[in-house]
Amino acid sequence: MRRFALIAVPYAWLLALFLVPFIIVFKISLSDLALAIPPYTPTMRDGIGEMFAAFDFENFIFLTEDDLYWKAYLSSLQIAFLSTLITLMVGYPIAYGMAKAPEEWRATLMMLVILPFWTSFLIRVYAWMGILSNEGLLNQFLTSLGLISEPLQILNTNTAVYIGIVYTYLPFMILPIYAALDRLDESLNEAAEDLGCSRLQAFWLVTVPLSRNGIIAGSFLVFIPALGEFVIPSLLGGSGTLMIGKVLWEEFFNNRDWPVASAVAVVLLLILIIPIVLFQRNQQKQAEAEQ
Amino acid sequence: MKRMSWFNVTSLTFGFAFLYLPMIILIIYSFNASKLVTVWAGFSTRWYGELVRNEAFLDAAWVTIKVAVMSSTLATLLGTMAAYVLVRGGRFMGRTLFSGMIYAPLVMPEVITGLSLLLLFIGIGLDRGVLTIVLAHTTFSMCYVSVVVSSRLVTFDRSLEEAALDLGCSGWDAFRLVTLPIIAPAVISGWLLAFTLSLDDLVIASFTAGPSATTLPIKIFSAVRLGVSPEINALSTIMISIVAVGVITASLVTKRNAVRAEADMRAAERAPA
Repeated sequence: MRRFALIAVPYAWLLALFLVPFIIVFKISLSDLALAIPPYTPTMRDGIGEMFAAFDFENFIFLTEDDLYWKAYLSSLQIAFLSTLITLMVGYPIAYGMAKAPEEWRATLMMLVILPFWTSFLIRVYAWMGILSNEGLLNQFLTSLGLISEPLQILNTNTAVYIGIVYTYLPFMILPIYAALDRLDESLNEAAEDLGCSRLQAFWLVTVPLSRNGIIAGSFLVFIPALGEFVIPSLLGGSGTLMIGKVLWEEFFNNRDWPVASAVAVVLLLILIIPIVLFQRNQQKQAEAEQ
Repeated sequence: MKRMSWFNVTSLTFGFAFLYLPMIILIIYSFNASKLVTVWAGFSTRWYGELVRNEAFLDAAWVTIKVAVMSSTLATLLGTMAAYVLVRGGRFMGRTLFSGMIYAPLVMPEVITGLSLLLLFIGIGLDRGVLTIVLAHTTFSMCYVSVVVSSRLVTFDRSLEEAALDLGCSGWDAFRLVTLPIIAPAVISGWLLAFTLSLDDLVIASFTAGPSATTLPIKIFSAVRLGVSPEINALSTIMISIVAVGVITASLVTKRNAVRAEADMRAAERAPA
């Protein structure tokens, strides 16, 4: 009896507040827009049976017809992919440096990487607004060096979005790579060097392949949330920045087209399922390899 | 001691400069006397004063803390139960679905979670306010709690619990007296994680908060959309300092406990049998 309650309580909670809402989104993506509150039809008040009886694919057809949505999905994928790559290139040397640091420093370095996790995401994005704006510190700095005469337009462009994503998600990349590098057996590199590899070759042929799992985990941890990102494109990106999280938000709050917003969400999720499944497989493989 | 190569020193220096400089600049400029955020006009604490007098921010901060305390406490309860079920529950109907629902919210984009919860609340006619934000925050943060707690439960030696049962404890007593103290650090860090997640959340709160309740991130977001403001710099500085002090204290305490535990072990080894 106690066991039943132990299972039932969290189970029921997740069913009611995770699965059911999701089914509702799915259903509303197949509903008609209506000038009413709530702005779609048929609603739950017409009866659950009624609500689930009518299916209408016009919202999805609408998504394929208006090239705004195509562009938004594609540019989200591009931004997420490129910023994952940049984060990897920035994060790997840091993780490597941490793993090679003297033993007694590592705990402190690790804490310094984790500390930004606990600091507000919104504030970390906001910090860049003051730096990147036309009168901002970066432009002031570059002008004072005489490198530029006109301020660079960085804020409100995609470049600022890349900077924001790399900055805020960097710890997600560093930690798994550090974990992989930390476990690495130093003698393998020495063996490679004894056998005639140069330092760089040993790094490329031994260290990188052995940290593969960390690289994969870190890349997914950056790519998946970056794809649905809303805060970064709306604060750092300009009107030309198309990201699907932002489109969904505007569709819902500004256009009040709930059925289309729901359809946007359903398609975003379908796109996300591929990397999520790949990620889970990788995690499983890793767990099995460790046992 | 092994010396670090210049390459490692440089990458660490640049890496940590990149991570911390933006926040340090923000903190410095929160003491700027000028209303223009980018022009330095001398040291002043004026914006902190204006912030303290700004009731909209204070109200929002109060709502945020209330929501965070309630949702992280609920999430810790539900998340610990869920972790226990996942690790010790054995087989039961719909186990795959259950573990799927635990892990899925971790990767679900916030816009989708927020949208779906809002549609549910409207569907069942629940008025949006503190309650709906708490429900929403509890749902996603309980998943984080259960991941943290279950990783501790997995490595936990089950025979300790069995010994307690053999010695006459009831199942609940064994949990309360043996299991819970051992997993306590994970439960506490789960609570802290849930608490910060709730404090930090903008997107889900924006969907589930009604006009009657606004959280601090929502307030900050609507203010900074209009541009950089010295008041927000002051507010950010306060928030960053609280977190820094909290995390540093926590890690010092953990370190001291670890050192003490090690000393105890050594003393025990040295003690005559």
